[in-house]
Amino acid sequence: MSEHVDTSRRRFLGGTAGAAAGISIAPGVFLNQVAQAKPADQPVSSDNRWGMLIDTNKCGDGCDACVRGCMEENGWGDIHNSEPHSSPEQKAQWIRIVELRDTSTGYAHQLPLMCQHCKHPPCVDVCPTGASMKRADGIVLVDKHICIGCRYCMMACPYKARSFIHEDLQDQLVVAPRGKGTVESCTLCVHRVDKDGADAVPACAEACAAEGHDAFVFGDLNDPNSEISRQLALHGGTQIRADLGLDLGVRYRGI
Amino acid sequence: MTRLFQSLQSLALAAGMAFLAIPLLASAEVPRPDIPEANARYSEAQGCVEPTEEMRKNHMEYILHQRDETMRRGVRTRQYSLEECINCHVPKPESGKVVRSDSKEHFCSSCHSYAAVKIDCFSCHRDTPMPDADTTMHRLGSGKAHHFTGTEAELTADALRAVTEEGLQ
Repeated sequence: MSEHVDTSRRRFLGGTAGAAAGISIAPGVFLNQVAQAKPADQPVSSDNRWGMLIDTNKCGDGCDACVRGCMEENGWGDIHNSEPHSSPEQKAQWIRIVELRDTSTGYAHQLPLMCQHCKHPPCVDVCPTGASMKRADGIVLVDKHICIGCRYCMMACPYKARSFIHEDLQDQLVVAPRGKGTVESCTLCVHRVDKDGADAVPACAEACAAEGHDAFVFGDLNDPNSEISRQLALHGGTQIRADLGLDLGVRYRGI
Repeated sequence: MTRLFQSLQSLALAAGMAFLAIPLLASAEVPRPDIPEANARYSEAQGCVEPTEEMRKNHMEYILHQRDETMRRGVRTRQYSLEECINCHVPKPESGKVVRSDSKEHFCSSCHSYAAVKIDCFSCHRDTPMPDADTTMHRLGSGKAHHFTGTEAELTADALRAVTEEGLQ
């Protein structure tokens, strides 16, 4: 019955988990309601599960608009001259372009890879402080206030989605606080999601659409009428390393 | 040699007198931190989002509570958000001079350096308002509550709070 997805032990012990489960809808039962953003003073709920569908067939050859869009929005990467003293391997990489090549045929294509926002995130499992966390709506985040920079989550993540900041930063963007000694990764543009709900468009998706590729669909996996759910129902989608059983929020088509 | 000794002696005497003078001056008035003015008032009656005495004593409680609400539960009200603190208390960097958190001219540091209490908010959070702070982050809500001018300045604290809450929806 319970759809509660918050794996935080702290909140479970606090007794709020039961209360949250009480207002969730039974599996398979959905309310048909017009998507609307939650009021700012309301907490996120497990009625939603935000996810993304990426059609790699639409991905432009050599295009990295999504990566640049993410950099611009969240203040990491060379365009902000972030982490000038770190080596390329050390620098933060919230989203990267991965090229795939079939060695037998030579067929090559690419896909953007970022935090997959797992339903059962290994990074949350291994975090010794509770800093690695999953919100009720499925977005996986690092609470940098209590992150001690141990980087267990980076080792646990099968997608190499997380980065560690090695040096002092200045002039971070308000929407994405980040700093030395903590781990960070894609937030699914959580600030946009909190503001616009189902109408939100993460920066990568926005940049992709602006480039005319439109490979990203963001939406609510729990809502059968959302664009993402409709497309998944129609064409299916692939989870990378589905064998791990992590139930990813980011799905792909074309790989 | 004697002249050198004499001049050293007089120098030492002068230094000793200077040292004596400092405690005399200090005891006349305890030095106080020079706290910069905020950019705006919350209301006519009230400077900050809570009475100034309350904020001086308990601002960290408000920020800590808001921190967990926002981080963990996605609650994004603005009245006690750190971003609002900075927008109102720190000048925008565009005025040619950037007031950083390591400067005593920075609102937070003006008092924290005086009290010798180290804060690490600004190792991750930016210590100045965004250059476009008013347009992107101050849509309706606290944009009106915090950065009002003219007639809105005559609104009562309660009315302003209502405006804020309305703007949040």
